[in-house]
Amino acid sequence: MRSPHKTGIAVIGGGIVGASVAYGLAARGEKVTLFDEGDIAFRAARGNLGNVWVQGKGAGGPAYADLTRRAAKDWDDFAHDLGAESGIDLHFRRPGAFFFCFTEAELERRSKTLTDLDAQATVPSRFEVMDNAGIRRLLPEVSSAVVGATFCSDDGTTNPFHLLRALLSVFERRGDYRPGHPVARLAPDGSGFRVETPQGDWLADRVILTAGLGNKELAPGLGLSAPIRPVRGQILVTEKLKPFLRYGISFIRQTVEGGVIFGESSEEAGLDDRTTPDVIQTTAQRAVAALPLLANAQVVRSWAALRVMSPDGMPVYAESAAHPGAFLVTVHSGVTLAPFHAGPLATALSAGRLDPAWQPFSSDRFSVPAS
Amino acid sequence: MFQRLDLREFDTSFTFAGRAIPAREGENLAAAILRADIKAFRSTPRSGAPRGPYCMMGVCFECLVTVDGEPNRQACLETVHGGMVVEPQAGAAEINR
Amino acid sequence: MTAPFDVAIIGAGPAGMAAAVMARKQGLSCVVFDEAGRPGGQIYRAVTERPERDRQDILGPDYYAGLDLVEAFQRSGAEHRAGTMVWSIAEGEIHWRSRSGSGVTFARRIVAAAGAMERPFPLRGWTLPGVMTAGAAQILLKSAGLVEDDIVFVGCGPLLYLVAAQYCRAGHPPRLVIETTPRRNLGAALPHLPRALLAARYLFKGLGLIRELRAAGVRIERGVEQVELEGEDAIRGVRWRSGGRWQRADTGRVALHQGVVPNVNLAMALRCRHLWDERQRCWRPALDEWNRSSQPWLWIAGDEAGIAGAVSARLSGAIAALDIARDLGAIDERERNRAGTPLRAALGRDRAVRPFLETLYRPSDVFVVPQADDVIICRCEEVTRGEIARVVKEGAAGPNQAKGFLRCGMGPCQGRMCGHTVTETMSALSGKGQEEIGYFRQRMPIKPITTGEIAASAPFDGAGA
Repeated sequence: MRSPHKTGIAVIGGGIVGASVAYGLAARGEKVTLFDEGDIAFRAARGNLGNVWVQGKGAGGPAYADLTRRAAKDWDDFAHDLGAESGIDLHFRRPGAFFFCFTEAELERRSKTLTDLDAQATVPSRFEVMDNAGIRRLLPEVSSAVVGATFCSDDGTTNPFHLLRALLSVFERRGDYRPGHPVARLAPDGSGFRVETPQGDWLADRVILTAGLGNKELAPGLGLSAPIRPVRGQILVTEKLKPFLRYGISFIRQTVEGGVIFGESSEEAGLDDRTTPDVIQTTAQRAVAALPLLANAQVVRSWAALRVMSPDGMPVYAESAAHPGAFLVTVHSGVTLAPFHAGPLATALSAGRLDPAWQPFSSDRFSVPAS
Repeated sequence: MFQRLDLREFDTSFTFAGRAIPAREGENLAAAILRADIKAFRSTPRSGAPRGPYCMMGVCFECLVTVDGEPNRQACLETVHGGMVVEPQAGAAEINR
Repeated sequence: MTAPFDVAIIGAGPAGMAAAVMARKQGLSCVVFDEAGRPGGQIYRAVTERPERDRQDILGPDYYAGLDLVEAFQRSGAEHRAGTMVWSIAEGEIHWRSRSGSGVTFARRIVAAAGAMERPFPLRGWTLPGVMTAGAAQILLKSAGLVEDDIVFVGCGPLLYLVAAQYCRAGHPPRLVIETTPRRNLGAALPHLPRALLAARYLFKGLGLIRELRAAGVRIERGVEQVELEGEDAIRGVRWRSGGRWQRADTGRVALHQGVVPNVNLAMALRCRHLWDERQRCWRPALDEWNRSSQPWLWIAGDEAGIAGAVSARLSGAIAALDIARDLGAIDERERNRAGTPLRAALGRDRAVRPFLETLYRPSDVFVVPQADDVIICRCEEVTRGEIARVVKEGAAGPNQAKGFLRCGMGPCQGRMCGHTVTETMSALSGKGQEEIGYFRQRMPIKPITTGEIAASAPFDGAGA
């Protein structure tokens, strides 16, 4: 058998989360190998609205609200710098976005949730409550069926494909990118870790698990636990249209290229990432109910993709107690949090120590006391 | 330039980009426009390059036109009706309220 | 919900019509969806129409061979949904749109017989107005009675010669035929010739076409190694290189062809297993000997199952319908075998010519993989070979990563015009086989449909309605 390759830090998973971490580590001078699957992967990056989303994030978990708000604020500089380094325009825009409510009761609940959240969070983010007339002033296309909305000017969008490509292409100049290297097994080995792939083994001083849904299988080998589950979302995409939608809507946006993408479904469907006729239809109905003119837009594509969901919906950042040097990073908001993953998190991982302030994100919060 | 083998008289007409085009009721729209020696049916959303029918069987989406105000019609799958107003599709479609 | 049909068939070409006729013969209720207004598919397009019926001298006897099948289909009692586009399929349900609205029809088993399309032929300048496929030129001839007096045919494959010969018969011999079949193909094909003689009429037909072109005085350039199309707002001329020498001709119309490939979008979207057919240079679904796909409720017949032409399509449609009759319990396995054996024997004889033809007309590497960086591969999103090469260099593992990064395959044609080229190009650039590279992950809708039509679609009807 061939002797294993050697690397400093092995990052497992080349989606947006893994690429952000690898990019950040390589920028800090680390020797990094990024392991990625082949062309068919449950890649959440490819089934993604591309929202950099603040409003309502972290309800019930103020630490998550603060993390999100800081990352979202960092997006301008992050998009600028990464765009300049990679030569790829990330299409980052921050026009602000609406969350539509279709009943008075829903609007009232929504506004209370956001008010409560603001009271708990330490990083400020303002929102407005609007009635239909208020929305109409900004967005004349809105349906009269929309009773009101919350609007937050911190919400923005990016092109998730461009984000991923930019991260990978800059990383590639400094680090070792290994597509087509699915990781079969991870295990402690001497003072480091062994990464097993069909193309051979690697020995790494440290290992970062950023494999999305794959984390669940791989984590136990490192003494970590990733109690995550897939939550399917289905999305429709229209042909390119002349720009008409200046603001984001939580489940609808027009891309810089002109296509309108929409969808908000949330289903427990295991690892089945197919679209289904019933959800596609409901998605179309909801979009038309919000913006009636969408009825005339041609849908050219659909996606279904699997969110990587923890029990409380918050990220998990953890180091293995049994095998220090092994870290778990698992989130379902890889786009919004990209500046954090490539920035403060990468700094911490480079130093080999997570910030104690991130304790709310440790996986200990899920452990059930032994009975 | 296309020549006609079918020498039956035209019995109607429609307009393409404002130009009157003689035709037979119910014939294929793309064929009728091509016969009028028009090659470009639209321009692309990305670069604005001119395009015309390529496959004539509904696969390539190169012959997109606006028919009576409705964008994105595939001319190769449409039939001619007297008086219909056909416009080239310039770049991305614009949806109507 | 009303009672479902026993069988729903997608496509009213030779395979779909034959499947419907056989399904009805076995007592199954049957509905057939087709985009066209008249049955016949691409091959027998408009065959029942006047004045097409009067154009026998131009279109040839094989075209009119479709008439009896169309008539049998019309008498069969199968419900024909003409002018109806199927945009989504799931087990037991067909979602469609027609001029009158959108709806869902239920069926216990489904036959996909969506036929073939011409292989993308990515040359410099192939997106210029005035450039079309040879099949498009034939459609204009068949159903609109139009011939171009200044046309240049470019490429390889039997259809190229057929359409050029039909132009001669119509009294408008093409200006030029530029033949891109690699010269070495003939030597490679010869070992398949004895078997091909089992279906010798195809060979005679092919030789006859070439004789017709010669007799009409058509200039044929052979062994052409490179072709470029010139023009700014429309095609102005064609340049080609053979024997190391470049030549040029003015023209206002070019018809391209290098064989046909199955319409894979539907079966791919249903996640049916597919294989790369190396001799045909295309994807085709993996099927059992009765044309059942890897989805147990879906059979695939005709050219969608792999290119074999109209006669084979007809046989495979009937074979699929027999197996469905068995699967639904209308007949037992012995009855299916008794009826199916002669059909399968005939299919074997008809296909005997395929290895010879496929080897002879196998397109050359340089015409399936563009050689220059500025050549457009994805027509909708205007993605070039150079951009694909760049993402391959950056490590994109396959067409789906490339699609995300470049948008190739994201436009309204849904990858039909670039899918095969992207697989072939990524394979050539990475050194990996086509099967390992894979294809775009297709999804519904398999044809564009408006949001409003999806929203309004409702269960519509069934056999018992």
